Amino acid sequence: MSLFISFAFLAVLLITIFSKGLPAFQQTYVKLDIELDEATLGINKDSGEDALFSANYGKVVKNSLREMFPDVKGRKQKRALKNLVSKSAAYDVRDLVLEKPTLLGTKQSYWFLAKDDVDVFMKGNIDRSLPESDRRIKDYQLIWIDKLLDEGRLEKRFNTVLFTAGDSREPEQAGMKGAIVGSLLTMLVTLLFSFPIGVAAAAYLEEFAPQNNRWVDLIEININNLAAVPSIVFGLLGLAVYINFFGVPRSTPLLGGLVLTLMTLPTIIIASRAAIKSVPPSLKEAAIGLGASRVQTLFQHTLPLAMPGILTGTIIGMAQALGETAPLLMIGMVAFVSDIPSGIFDPSTVMPVQIYLWSDSPERAFTERTSAAIMILLGFLVLMNVIAIILRKKFEKQWSEKYGMKLLNFHS
Amino acid sequence: MIDISKRSEFDIEIKGTVGKPFVNNPKMSSRNCDVFYGDKQAIFDVNLDIANNEIIAMIGPSGCGKSTYLRVLNRMNDTIPICKVTGEHTLDGEDIYAKKQDPVLLRARVGMVFQKPNPFPKSIYDNVAYGARLHGLASNRAELDEVVESSLIKAGLFKEVKDDLNKPGTGLSGGQQQRLCIARAIAVDPEVILMDEPTSALDPIATALIEELMDELKENYTIAIVTHSMQQAARVSQRTAYFHLGKLVEVNETDKVFTNPEHQLTENYITGRFG
Repeated sequence: MSLFISFAFLAVLLITIFSKGLPAFQQTYVKLDIELDEATLGINKDSGEDALFSANYGKVVKNSLREMFPDVKGRKQKRALKNLVSKSAAYDVRDLVLEKPTLLGTKQSYWFLAKDDVDVFMKGNIDRSLPESDRRIKDYQLIWIDKLLDEGRLEKRFNTVLFTAGDSREPEQAGMKGAIVGSLLTMLVTLLFSFPIGVAAAAYLEEFAPQNNRWVDLIEININNLAAVPSIVFGLLGLAVYINFFGVPRSTPLLGGLVLTLMTLPTIIIASRAAIKSVPPSLKEAAIGLGASRVQTLFQHTLPLAMPGILTGTIIGMAQALGETAPLLMIGMVAFVSDIPSGIFDPSTVMPVQIYLWSDSPERAFTERTSAAIMILLGFLVLMNVIAIILRKKFEKQWSEKYGMKLLNFHS
Repeated sequence: MIDISKRSEFDIEIKGTVGKPFVNNPKMSSRNCDVFYGDKQAIFDVNLDIANNEIIAMIGPSGCGKSTYLRVLNRMNDTIPICKVTGEHTLDGEDIYAKKQDPVLLRARVGMVFQKPNPFPKSIYDNVAYGARLHGLASNRAELDEVVESSLIKAGLFKEVKDDLNKPGTGLSGGQQQRLCIARAIAVDPEVILMDEPTSALDPIATALIEELMDELKENYTIAIVTHSMQQAARVSQRTAYFHLGKLVEVNETDKVFTNPEHQLTENYITGRFG
């Protein structure tokens, strides 16, 4: 019964996220005819790159809209007209001209990102029948949108921006790439620190530490306690130790990775110890009886046999770290970062923090993007768990086929 | 567990070791050997010599310290943190518990075969080659092949596995696995082989094979075997040492121990009154 209820809740959760998030994988585009007039832009084919770069491309976009709707009057309506397309349209035109200056003087038609309000309307999330004062889209805007639709100038396409752009204040320009890259870099740092330290600590505690020693007992108790410490405490620790004492640059994947290492270590150590403990002592004895030193025994026999268990624990720890938000809030990874980080020293954000930021944004279009971001995060988590299972199966198969020995017996 | 010290057959005082514990020119020898596990003393004042190229059997009831004593001889007890060994122990006259003695090198000279066959989860070839690789006994693949082949031949396993050298050692039968473990010990070219109840997990046919093998091995090696089977001790060994509750009671030629034991306790044990 309880199983049924929990499955029902899970289903409701997933259905809600998917139904809300799926539209975010589509984005409305507007087709505009752009008159690349040399006089309006104040440049010509022979202008230098700087001049080409800083020309007023916004104006040609505006002109193109005016041309389509010549009877628009008043500042308010003119601004509303301009806001049919995203601000990124001007940059798109600039990039086109920079790439191919010979286009100047011609008339071209291109697809541009529509403004988020238009996008929300196109996805049916703004009700036409509401009184005008309660709507984000005014009556005159509706007329324009209908006209654009009639002319086939509005279209929904796959939202590549979501995967290729960094974060933005404008929902239509906001993407996950910065957060995905940030998460991957953070995970890399976490793995590089926590795996060797965790396995070494587990090996020491299982194989080398003196028994019935007060210090060793103290360390063991603390490791077990660390696993239960609220994760935000690790954030505070990172703030106090890494930033204030060691001066690690804040908001970086390096710092995030170091903090998450602290959080993941107990998981990896506990799983690794269990895996090492389950290696039959007779094998260690055999190696020692043949004259292998304890270190050789560890590296040649114990660790290879314990590896499936160690890897499973590590990946579970990594998945836990991937979804972690609280400690990162304390170390500045919650900042708005629109650039895609290019290394572990660049300010960045991570996926769960990105979700948190988007869920907090007032624009209606961010709602569906939040759900979409959750779907992407869940996708990564599922991927990691699948990798863990595949690795385990692979190792087990390898052992049982190659050595006629079932590791399953002492790893599960 | 029944406390045998409460039984009347056992209630006999042990005043030192009777028989002939010492030989001329011993391979290994122990003097005043005491072993403690924490506060508990497991072995009391054992004095024993092991001669060159002999098989010496160590018998006695469970918990009498015979396995513990065997593990003293290649310092396997070092791996147990609470275990303390005292006394003087020599191999070819050298103190094996000296500070400068590396236990790793000692174990290359004094090999060990365990009660339960414990091949590594590797191929048969890698199992035998492991020790040789570890101690750098072969400089190239051909030499290593030769070491593996000769070790398997000496262990009487080569004919059975020569086509399956890359198959897992753990896939062999129990008796084959134990001979593989013997081959693995031989591959390091030890001088002494310690066997801790090597046939207790095997059927009679596999046991017979291993006993034959031991008889051949004694031409080149010195063997100390701990066994629960008195018949086995009688069949394979030249001398027999009888341990009782951590004390070495009697050491004599095997024939004498089993036909005309000097000590009352030995007689009680071999006639099956306890143990």
